[in-house]
Amino acid sequence: MQDQGTQKTPSKSGRGSGAAPLVEMRDISISFGGIKAVDHVSVDLYPGEVVGLLGHNGAGKSTLIKVLSGAYQMDHGEILIDGKPVEIGNPRDARANNIETIYQTLALADNLDATSNLFLGREMTTPLGLVNDAAMEAECRKIMAQLNPNFQKFNDPVSALSGGQRQSVAIARAVYFNARILIMDEPTAALGPHETKMVADLIHQLKAQGIGIFLIDHDVHAVMELCDRASVMKNGKLVGTVDIADVTDDDLLSMIILGKQPEQKAE
Amino acid sequence: MTETSSQPIPEKAKPSLFQQLELDMRLLGMIGAFVILCIGFNIFTDGRFLTPRNLFNLSIQTVSVAIMACGMVFIIVTRHIDLSVGALLATTSAVMAMTQTELLPQVLGMGLNNPATWAITIVVGLFVGTLIGAFHGWMVGYLTIPAFIVTLGGFLVWRNVAWYLTSGQTIGPLDSTFLMFGGTNGTLGTTTSWLFGLFATAIAIWALWSSRRAKAAHGFPVKPVWAEATLAGIIAIAILGYVYIVNSYAIPTRRLQRMFEARGETMPEGLVVGYGIPISVLILIIVAVTLTIVARKTRFGRYIFATGGNPDAAELSGINTRLLTVKIFALMGFLCAVSAVVASARLANHSNDIGTLDELRVIAAAVIGGTALSGGIGTIYGAILGALIMQALQSGMAMVGVDAPFQNIVVGSVLVLAVYIDIVYRKRLGAK
Repeated sequence: MQDQGTQKTPSKSGRGSGAAPLVEMRDISISFGGIKAVDHVSVDLYPGEVVGLLGHNGAGKSTLIKVLSGAYQMDHGEILIDGKPVEIGNPRDARANNIETIYQTLALADNLDATSNLFLGREMTTPLGLVNDAAMEAECRKIMAQLNPNFQKFNDPVSALSGGQRQSVAIARAVYFNARILIMDEPTAALGPHETKMVADLIHQLKAQGIGIFLIDHDVHAVMELCDRASVMKNGKLVGTVDIADVTDDDLLSMIILGKQPEQKAE
Repeated sequence: MTETSSQPIPEKAKPSLFQQLELDMRLLGMIGAFVILCIGFNIFTDGRFLTPRNLFNLSIQTVSVAIMACGMVFIIVTRHIDLSVGALLATTSAVMAMTQTELLPQVLGMGLNNPATWAITIVVGLFVGTLIGAFHGWMVGYLTIPAFIVTLGGFLVWRNVAWYLTSGQTIGPLDSTFLMFGGTNGTLGTTTSWLFGLFATAIAIWALWSSRRAKAAHGFPVKPVWAEATLAGIIAIAILGYVYIVNSYAIPTRRLQRMFEARGETMPEGLVVGYGIPISVLILIIVAVTLTIVARKTRFGRYIFATGGNPDAAELSGINTRLLTVKIFALMGFLCAVSAVVASARLANHSNDIGTLDELRVIAAAVIGGTALSGGIGTIYGAILGALIMQALQSGMAMVGVDAPFQNIVVGSVLVLAVYIDIVYRKRLGAK
């Protein structure tokens, strides 16, 4: 796969400039009770790049990415960030490495308000060590004004919010803390067209800032539109990684369904 | 994405004067229920219920269950349960009874009523309670045994450890200083009570004011000044009203005479001295205020509620939910020991059946106080009010002369009814 990759438009992404990838997941394997959910898979991500992860339900893409976000422990393999091997044993380690995740389930505490969710696990405190709600709400209002200017329900529990509003909170949480590596697990699954557009705009904006994004999605069109490369998985194995500029929708679909590389690359 | 970061906060429809107070409707409902209960019993007992004496007794009877109910709120909020609190109270009480009657005076030779006995005893009790609680929490959090099972086992184990430690005997009399934590034997006296009342009122008003100032500093909407003032007024009346009531309960003349005789003085003729705030009630207030601050203003409290709302989200947010479970159960164990001090001091001895059925009273108090068994929701003041309502119901019926079996039938029915009302109320609010 290294043979093709540089002919693409010289984007802002650091790929091809000889720099080390932002993230390299090498030869990752993880199994649950004898079933290999992820089987010797390697993927990488460069700064300012969006890499799509495609595959059927159960193909192992969410499992693979949960290894990176610290939710699962891999059985075999290694993770390198900026070329250096790192240990990611739990979600705290992932956060310490500036890896942020927007989960498909959003992972919000429904009984708390937007501000508490935004800062969950990383609360701002007063000199006395108490949580500083007023300062956090002020920060929350600032970032929500950028992400979703219509958002007003700052004092309601997030269970009272619409799907799009909840998504905004989850996104705000991922981008507020200077993420360098962002994992988005089907970020538009529950959203209407307007909100989907909002997420797409955001992805472009974050890309321009040099953030690397793993985007897990079912929707081939969305991947074609937003991603620079796509890695396709089937039955826990990596089918292949392709440059979006070199493939068509149909190529991607056949990779997903048949588990085969597109014709021109089948050596 | 091009919007600037400042946005106007839109004007909502003008709320009614009552809505502007932003009172907790659930709290109002519970206070209402309590007031109706008191007035009802007062009518049926020909005015014996709402006397300073009875209200004083009601408050000292509530303390033990109320302290544990505060801890139970955190347990239930994180979707656990603790069935062992009554048994744990018995074990810590037994340990403290043995410490102050056997270990310190006889084995260590400190003698009876040594001035350090009460302090050492309480430290030992609190340590043992915290340790047992942490052990429960470790089994729940790290060994992932359901809390129901761990504490059901604990219920049997600790009840009988208490029995074994004391050979089933009633241990007494307890240290005379220790007895001051029980209620009637230790009160602040009228002057100190008034000072405490004024101090507490000042703190409450300062808390209201500083929270308002913090909001205003960031330009968030604040309540109108008159609403804050009304709230402050209600709080002041509640605090000072309670002080007035417990100050009006006069120490009986015979007892006062004995107190003077003990100091080798003679009592002036016609002297009337009020009890003032019992030290046990003071302990409850300290526990309640501390835990309310913990719940609302510390990371620990925030994580408790986040874990209750969505355990997976809490874990993914980097919260160590296992260690959190250990801490919550350790806190519960600590509070059981505090309750054990109050309960055994009130009875002036350790009896083998101390704390029997307390686990059910504590859980009922927390649930009546609005703690949701599905997790994520609950308040400390609610649990205390719940304990107060339960105790008022129990002692009110006893005063009216309701037969013992009917008393328990009513209390059980009220528990179920209260939870049903709560479910209906939450549905109306839109499943919050």
